Amino acid sequence: MGKRGLTLLIVGVPKETDEAEGRVAVTPRTAVRLRQMGLSVLFQRGAGARAEFDDQQYAEAGATLADSAAEVYDFANVVLKVAEPSLREAEMMKPGTVLIGFVWPAQNRDLVAKLAVRGVTTFAMDCVPRITRAQKMDALSAMANLAGYRAVLAAANAYPRLMSGQVTAAGTVRPAKVLVIGGGVAGLAAIAAARGLGAIVRAFDPRPAVKEQVESMGAEFIPLDFKEDASGEGGYAKEMSNAFLQAELALIAKQALEVDIIISTALIPGKPAPKLITAGMVESMREGSVIVDLAAAQGGNCVLTRPGEAVRHRTVRILGYTDFTSRPAMQSSWLYSSTVVNLLEAIVKDGAVAVDLDDEVQRGALVTYRGEVTWPPPKLKSAQDAGLVATEKPLPPKPHAAVKPHPPTSRLVPAALAALVLLAVGLGAPPSFLGHFTVFVLACFVGWQLVWNVTPALHTPLMSVTNAISGIIILGGMLQLSSRWSTTTVLGALAVLLAMINVSGGFLVTRRMLAMFHR
Amino acid sequence: MTLPGSLVSVGYLAAGILFILSLGGLSNPETARRGNLFGVLGMALALSAATFSGQVSGYGPLAIAVLPAILVGSTLAARVEMTSMPQLVAILHSFVGAAAVLVGFGSYLSGVELSGAERVVHQLEIFVGVAVGAVTFTGSVVAFLKLQGTISGAPLLLPGRHVLNLAIVAATCWMGWTFLQAPETAAGTPWLIAATALTGVLGLHLVLAIGGADMPVVVSMLNSYSGWAAAAAGFMLSNDLLIITGALVGSSGAILSYIMCRGMNRSLFNVILGGFGTPAKAGAAAAVTGTHQEISAADTAALLTSSKSVIIVPGYGMAVARAQHALSEIVKRLRDRGAEVRFAIHPVAGRLPGHMNVLLAEANVPYDIVLEMEKINDDFPETDVVLVIGANDIVNPSALDDPGSAIAGMPVLEVWNAKRVIVMKRSMASGYAGVDNPLFFKPNTWMLFGDAKKVADEILRTI
Repeated sequence: MGKRGLTLLIVGVPKETDEAEGRVAVTPRTAVRLRQMGLSVLFQRGAGARAEFDDQQYAEAGATLADSAAEVYDFANVVLKVAEPSLREAEMMKPGTVLIGFVWPAQNRDLVAKLAVRGVTTFAMDCVPRITRAQKMDALSAMANLAGYRAVLAAANAYPRLMSGQVTAAGTVRPAKVLVIGGGVAGLAAIAAARGLGAIVRAFDPRPAVKEQVESMGAEFIPLDFKEDASGEGGYAKEMSNAFLQAELALIAKQALEVDIIISTALIPGKPAPKLITAGMVESMREGSVIVDLAAAQGGNCVLTRPGEAVRHRTVRILGYTDFTSRPAMQSSWLYSSTVVNLLEAIVKDGAVAVDLDDEVQRGALVTYRGEVTWPPPKLKSAQDAGLVATEKPLPPKPHAAVKPHPPTSRLVPAALAALVLLAVGLGAPPSFLGHFTVFVLACFVGWQLVWNVTPALHTPLMSVTNAISGIIILGGMLQLSSRWSTTTVLGALAVLLAMINVSGGFLVTRRMLAMFHR
Repeated sequence: MTLPGSLVSVGYLAAGILFILSLGGLSNPETARRGNLFGVLGMALALSAATFSGQVSGYGPLAIAVLPAILVGSTLAARVEMTSMPQLVAILHSFVGAAAVLVGFGSYLSGVELSGAERVVHQLEIFVGVAVGAVTFTGSVVAFLKLQGTISGAPLLLPGRHVLNLAIVAATCWMGWTFLQAPETAAGTPWLIAATALTGVLGLHLVLAIGGADMPVVVSMLNSYSGWAAAAAGFMLSNDLLIITGALVGSSGAILSYIMCRGMNRSLFNVILGGFGTPAKAGAAAAVTGTHQEISAADTAALLTSSKSVIIVPGYGMAVARAQHALSEIVKRLRDRGAEVRFAIHPVAGRLPGHMNVLLAEANVPYDIVLEMEKINDDFPETDVVLVIGANDIVNPSALDDPGSAIAGMPVLEVWNAKRVIVMKRSMASGYAGVDNPLFFKPNTWMLFGDAKKVADEILRTI
């Protein structure tokens, strides 16, 4: 196998060594995609077993089956994994191997150093930047979505009552109240799942921008009355001041008294999870309440959480499972695998790996390259906030409509004219006129300010209402009326007639129009 | 009963404030009805203050004039179809113009005793008021006739029309000068009458030269004029309420015209001077050729029902065909199925500013799914289907990418960025601007030919 030119890329899939990892980095479906990209797939026998995929399916998809992990690492140029490799696995990789999988470089500095020394090119799926273009490679969001869903199922399972309210002949069952802490992807998925089961859902997040997303999922957003925005880079939350944390704790303490289930998803990238649920809060909850701590792997949001376990504190169950994404392994493997293959598709050009350091996505995910640790990536100017969910698109700064700016002279001319008029008025007009003139000019400005505020949808009603009030010219006609019929009176009466048609017609038609506008 | 003068003044002041609150209330649909009520209250207050001010003595003639006027006005308001709003607004403008002329003449003939600079200023006020009123009157009548379809919407382009306009303005100024010199009322009256006739011709000619597609600008400009005419009447009668109201209306109309012009990326002068469609621009527009693809109403219905997000772009064609009710029902059914359906409104769609909004409101479309161009233009790339109904120039991509096009630079709804575009149209004919539309030949565009109402009904049957 040559080093350059038309090398046939071999994509290797070793069996995950972590017993708790149920997922596999390539499923039979994505194996077909890899084959269609012109790549060979070398699949370790039994690697898909925990996700209910058997070797036969992979063979049918065009993969070559390997008997051992060593065989995979020996022949593959690209290794696809789920969990970060152990140090022993890292040592099995040949120099020049491209590794794609979760790496968590902040928590696994030894591993990253080792991979760099071994000359492995590493792309960390957990470091893919959250920009719109990279959404299809966003493994974290795909996984968080599943975790939120499964967390609710686990909670419902452990909760000794029903989730939905029911009126039965035997009595009325009240619906469960669920508090979701954190409105990220996992939180939003949890909201949707809990709503689907019929619970009353409320959610809290320190980032005000999340309110709309929470409400769009049908949950009540609990606002925090404190002026500090927790929106950090890349749509994640950032660490907050102490005073803010206190306000947060007070809010959660109050909610703990009311809710039956807490799904907690608060994470800050690269930091241990914030402690938001104290032992006192747990004790204050109703009997039989359930807390699902999705932050357990990062230490947990609840002080009583034991990662990987379910504990019971008095009557409250605290679920600290860390394998919510592994449980629906069939589904999560395929979703994860798709994001990995999407990233690989961006990296592979003409059957060879071509790392593009200028590409924001590749550079962001690249952790080791040519013997160097390349994490964290340099800050890019265009750090585009991708928001949190795949469905919501960040609004790019809007280019203004292509209106040509006026040349400077077109502004000077009216200004000069206005100055001339003022001068002429000041020199020639009698004092009685000046009073009215002042009123006139001020009224013009008031009108100007008022009308810019009118929403374009109401421009027609605006026109008819101004039409009606311009019928005020009726006053002019009225003043010319006298009891004896003279030319003046006739002219005045005619003016009154016309103006009054305007007044009555204008107001009535406006009323008619406005009555039609409804939400 | 006669009120003391100060009370009358305070009544006028309160009326002025109520008018300001009235316009302020129109800033959003929630408060708009209250805004209209404030307007009515202000008007009632002003009228009663004037009636009992002691300056009005002829209650007989007042009643004779007011009562039939209320009858006519309310009948008009109750009977008018929402599609005919532009005509109604235009004809109402003409009434204000005519009233201003009459008030000017009345004021001149009643002969207020003034001397020196005050007399000159007063005469000037009368002259300006009458001139503006006359332009408003004839201009609005022509606009009404054009909108009604009584006379052709095509611009009337006389040779040397700019020179003609300038000559009329110059002649009017000269007449004004002579009018001011007149020693007595009898001597001035003929000049005033002549000037009225001349400015009337000016209004006629100005609006005749403007094409049908520019009517939104014309109507809002005439709205502005009617305000200025009222303000001028206020000056000649030394009545601050008239001045305030006139100024409010005048600036309102001016802003609306400005907004419309910006919507077409043209200057006000360009519109006023008319003759759109024959611009003396360098470089010919790129020829648009290609084949278009057609789609049936049934297929359109199927496509709509399978779409998650739909944007509808209505144009004047929807108003003409009165398709808004059928459309509203389609929207309702799609929304019931869970699709996101919104309307995109171009600032110059229709024949009045905000015309489309009123028509959609009439058809019970909730106003919060009716969005302005600026708010929705970025959403097209994420939209499954765009339905263009009776609109053409406002969705023409050559406005953005063909500098030789007559509508180059005009902001347009960028519908072609959507996954699919369906254009409902009578035929392949071009729009008011007479510009070919390359949108129709795009690979993601399908044409659905026929009368908008009939086609919408047909779609409705299969959804």
